Amino acid sequence: MSAISISDETVAHDGPRPARGMVHDTWVIARRGLVHMKRQPEALADATIQPIMFVLLFAYVFGGAIAVPGGGNYREFLMGGIFAQTIVFTSFGVAMSLAHDRKNQAVDRFRALPIARGAVLGGHAVANLIKAILPIVLMSLCGLAIGWRIRDGLVNAALGYLLLIAFAFAMIWVGVLLGSLVSTPEGVQGIAFAVLFPITFMASTFVPTETMPSFLRTIAEWNPTTGLSNAARIQFGNPTTAITPDSPWSIAHPTAYSILWIIGIVAVCAPLAVRTYQRSIAK
Amino acid sequence: MSTNYAVEAQGLVKRYGPTTALAGIDLEVPTGTVIAVLGPNGAGKTTAVRILTTLTDADEGQATVAGFDVRSQGNEVRRRIGLAAQDVTVDPLLTGRENLVMLGELHQMRRSDAAARAAQLLGEFSLNEAADRRTSGYSGGMRRRLDLAATLVARPEVLFLDEPTTGLDPRGRSELWTVIDTLVGRGTTVVLTTQYLEEAERLADDIVVIDRGRIIARGDARKLKREVGGDQVQVVVVERGHLPDASRIVAEITGVEPNVDVTARSVTASTSQGVETLVLAAKAFTDAQIAVDDMSLRQPTLDEVFLTLTGSTTEDEEA
Repeated sequence: MSAISISDETVAHDGPRPARGMVHDTWVIARRGLVHMKRQPEALADATIQPIMFVLLFAYVFGGAIAVPGGGNYREFLMGGIFAQTIVFTSFGVAMSLAHDRKNQAVDRFRALPIARGAVLGGHAVANLIKAILPIVLMSLCGLAIGWRIRDGLVNAALGYLLLIAFAFAMIWVGVLLGSLVSTPEGVQGIAFAVLFPITFMASTFVPTETMPSFLRTIAEWNPTTGLSNAARIQFGNPTTAITPDSPWSIAHPTAYSILWIIGIVAVCAPLAVRTYQRSIAK
Repeated sequence: MSTNYAVEAQGLVKRYGPTTALAGIDLEVPTGTVIAVLGPNGAGKTTAVRILTTLTDADEGQATVAGFDVRSQGNEVRRRIGLAAQDVTVDPLLTGRENLVMLGELHQMRRSDAAARAAQLLGEFSLNEAADRRTSGYSGGMRRRLDLAATLVARPEVLFLDEPTTGLDPRGRSELWTVIDTLVGRGTTVVLTTQYLEEAERLADDIVVIDRGRIIARGDARKLKREVGGDQVQVVVVERGHLPDASRIVAEITGVEPNVDVTARSVTASTSQGVETLVLAAKAFTDAQIAVDDMSLRQPTLDEVFLTLTGSTTEDEEA
C-alpha cells in the first residue's frame, strides 16, 4: 500500500539554483508563521477574540467604575491602553514561535538550507508584525462600534498607528531574546505571564495613574506601557493622563518617551537578541 | 568540483565544554557511494553529521562536501545536500504538500517549480491521499517518508541520513533501504549513521565504526567481521551442568575461548568457518551425548563488534 518508487528524474542532479535573496527567503518563512497562527486556535484567539474581549470587558464591566481624570469618556481612554498592551504582548508571540521551532527542530532544517542569513529571524519578525497589526485593526473596529473616535485628524492617527507598529518592532527583539534564553514553550508562557502582565497592568493601560499609591504611581508613570498608551491617546485625540507642571517628563512627553524606548530597546536588544539566538541554535 | 570524493574530512574535533564529542575523525567518501557511520548512542555520529551539514563548526580539522569547504562555503554546501535529522523535522502545522513546497522555495526554486516537484515527490512516496492534510495527523511511518521526500526536494548530490530507520517497523525499514538503493544507483552519495551492523552491511560500501569520538575500525562489512572474528556460533544446552563440557567442545572447534552465559545456558564463540562450524559442533555434541536446545550461526551484533574492538560493551560507553 505504501511502496515507495522514485523515478530516475528524481535523483538527477540539475545543479544548484541561484539565490533569490533575503526578501524572498524571509517572506517564505513569514508565510509559514502566518499559516501557523491561522491553524493554532489559541494563537488565533490571542490575536482576534482576546483583544475584542478585553475592549468589551473593560468598556462595560470596569468602565462604569473608572473615572477619567479631567473628564472624558472611559471608552476613549481605554483604547490607547489596550492598543499598547497588545503591542507589548507581541514579544510573547515571537518567543513562542521560536520556542516551537526549537521543539520541532525546525531550526536545524532551515539552517541546512541555502537561505539568506537572517531569513529565519526575519521571517519570524515579519510574521509577528503582521500578527500585531491584525488585532489592532480588529480592536479599532470594535472601538469604533462602541463609541471610540479618532478626534485629532487622520494624519495624527496614522502617526499613532505608526508609533504602535514601531513599538511592536522593538518588542519583537525582546521576544527573540526571551525565546533564545528560554528553551520550551511552557517556559516562555510562564515568564510571559510573570513579567508581561504586571508590566502592562502597572501602567495607565486601563486606569488613570493619578489614583495609585505614590510608589506604584512612580513606577506606572515611568512604565513604557504608560508612555505608549498615553502617546496613542494623544495621537488619536482621546482623553489621557492629565499633564500638570509637576508631572514627570515621561508623562509630559509620552510620544518622545515612547520613541526613546523604541530606540533603546532596538539598540540594546536587537544585537543582544541576535547573538543570543545564534548561540542558542549553534549547538 | 574536480574531486572524486563527495565528502573529505581531516582531523575533525568537537568539544562541548569538558566533553569531547569528536576526537579527530578522518573521512573520505567517494562520489556515488554509501558510507555508514556505525556506533552506539553518544559515539559522536550526530556531531559528525552536524559538522558536515554546516550546522555546527568543528573546533579543529577541516572538511569539504561536494567539493566545498563546510566552514567558509557553507551556502554552496547547503545547496548540494539533503539532511534527514534523527528526529523527523517536518512542520506539524503544515500539510505534506505545504512542507515540500516551502522547502522547494527555500531551495530557491520558483513557486510553480516547487509545487510541481512537491506533487511528484508526494506521488513517489505514496503520500498523495494525505498530501493536503496537516502532518500532525500522519502516522510515524508517513512522517518519516515525508521527511525523506523533503530531503530530496532539491535533488541533492550528497544525502545525510542520521539514523534513518530508528523507530521504523521492518516494512518501513526495507522500503527505506530500497529508496537508498535507487538513489545510489543514480549517483547520489549517501552518508548514513546507524546503530545496526545489519543495516550498515545491507546499504554501505564502506563502514566506519566510531566510539567516543574516534574511528576504531573501518572497511566493508566482510573486513569488519573478519576483524571481529567472523560469525558467532551459539549453542544452548538443555542442562546447565553440561556448560563446562560444551564450552570445551566449542573452544576446540573454533579455536577461541567462548563466552558462557549461565542464565541462558549458552556458549558463544566467533568463527570464521561459517556453516562448517555448525556441522562440526553438531557431530561433537552428538558424540558427547550432550542434549542441545538450539544451535545457530549468526552475525555479530554491534555489541559484540564493540566488545571485540574496544574490550567494552556499548552500555559502558553510554554511561
